[in-house]
Amino acid sequence: MITVIEPGRFTSIQDEGRGGFAHLGVPRAGAADSLSLRHANLLVGNPQGAAALEMTLHGPTLRFAVDALIALTGGRMQVYLDDVPLPMYQSVSVCAGQVLACGPLLTGMRGYLAVGGGISTAQLLASAATDTLAGLGPPVLRAGDCLTLRPHSLLQGRYLRSPPEFSEQVTLRVITGPHQEWFPATALGSFLDGCYRVRADSDRSGIRLAGATVVERNPGELPSQGMLTGAVQVPGDGQPIVLLPNHGTTGGYPVIAVVISADLPQLGQLRPGVLLRFQAVNREQALQALRYAAENLRTASVCADPGLLEARGLMLLAKAHPALREACLQLGRRRVRLRR
Amino acid sequence: MNIRYVGDSALLVEVQDFRAAQRLRESIGRQPPNGIRELLPGYDTLLVEFDPLQLDAAELLQRLPEFMQDLRSAAAVHTHEIEVRYQGEDLEDVARLTGLDRAEVIRRHSAANYTVAFLGFAPGFPYLAGLDARLRVPRLQSPRARVPAGAVAIADEFSGIYPQATPGGWRILGHTKVVLFDAARASPALCMPGDHVCFRPVS
Repeated sequence: MITVIEPGRFTSIQDEGRGGFAHLGVPRAGAADSLSLRHANLLVGNPQGAAALEMTLHGPTLRFAVDALIALTGGRMQVYLDDVPLPMYQSVSVCAGQVLACGPLLTGMRGYLAVGGGISTAQLLASAATDTLAGLGPPVLRAGDCLTLRPHSLLQGRYLRSPPEFSEQVTLRVITGPHQEWFPATALGSFLDGCYRVRADSDRSGIRLAGATVVERNPGELPSQGMLTGAVQVPGDGQPIVLLPNHGTTGGYPVIAVVISADLPQLGQLRPGVLLRFQAVNREQALQALRYAAENLRTASVCADPGLLEARGLMLLAKAHPALREACLQLGRRRVRLRR
Repeated sequence: MNIRYVGDSALLVEVQDFRAAQRLRESIGRQPPNGIRELLPGYDTLLVEFDPLQLDAAELLQRLPEFMQDLRSAAAVHTHEIEVRYQGEDLEDVARLTGLDRAEVIRRHSAANYTVAFLGFAPGFPYLAGLDARLRVPRLQSPRARVPAGAVAIADEFSGIYPQATPGGWRILGHTKVVLFDAARASPALCMPGDHVCFRPVS
């Protein structure tokens, strides 16, 4: 069991979401950055889509009542286990009684915490995901909450081959359309040339953008039709909205372009203030990118002995804690030398 | 039939109306190709979402005419009589906008026979086609921060019922106690596309 001491800014339980119920008006929900969710689960030996904690901008403080194997992925943050800095992007053993404190995110928008065996919660429409907008699934974490863990067997440690980097300037690949006739001939060009800032009123249903120039479009709305994550809607004010997994299932704003599947996980890491650009690709390029991403995921996590994990962990800590940089690097180098 | 590619993982099939969208959904659902994620009907479209690593869009496109051949509807159609207390927040405004008096707004809204066109906006929210043409009013200029669960409302050519408390911009005529969505039920949404709905005024 895990007890929540501090809930963090907005910490929820997320898995791959409740797919297949969109025709009932049920949003898919699920992890906003599905790749980091999968990474976290891979590191602790869970099925990739198992329920984990999704933390937003500032993580929670948790007390473990049992031994556990955990992994933290997603945006980079300072994490402490009983006041000792803890590396992300690799599995870490936690002992019963220890307190895990996750700090503010230094990069990206969301962090993920997976626990070996997974978090045990009731399934609602085939998912454990919190959906505050539709009012489905468990509520967001509050102080005093207890999370039950599924049984697990501690296994060999793993680390992430290449930890992700999240930048303040992001280019997402899109396929243009489907509602091109709703936009004057010049609008698409200026949309693709434009640069957009992520607004603070973005949430899990969509990323609201502010551009120097608005996207021109014809007046009116479409008859309600199905929408999907990654669709770049243009409301009447010409400031685009990119849909995230908690978007309403139907909508009436014309869609100027759709983010390709391979780039969808990045959407979940766009924090307010990030500068966003769009680059048009064709469907063949999109499919190639998705195949490449699937291949990367297949080889993302690597088994390692405790010595190597410790050495890698120290290198990562040097990055996350500037004050500890020199000490970590020295210790890390010594570990690596010892291994040889 | 016009078909549009939507990104790398969906096709938007434009059809005649919501009945055709629902029947195409049923038709594909009878023998769905591997890799289909969602079959999502709209007002006059069906969005077919798929996993592009499992299903080739061109292949799906080729099979669509075959699905269009088989547009019989096998789904059971239910009729729901829903009791409404017509004391909604916007009743007066709707009367003013339509030039009718309150009693006439209520009479016309409860006399119509509605068909569930599709669900959207929130879990179990039915878009009800069949609204009296005289009751067509635009949405609120600025949506309410909170519309209570059970609000029976209208906007444009639709009537709808809010299954849960949410922000919303439709004009509220009344309230019902009927539970429209319950994830624990075998069929979570009370109103399914194609179902008939009528409203009965109660005091």
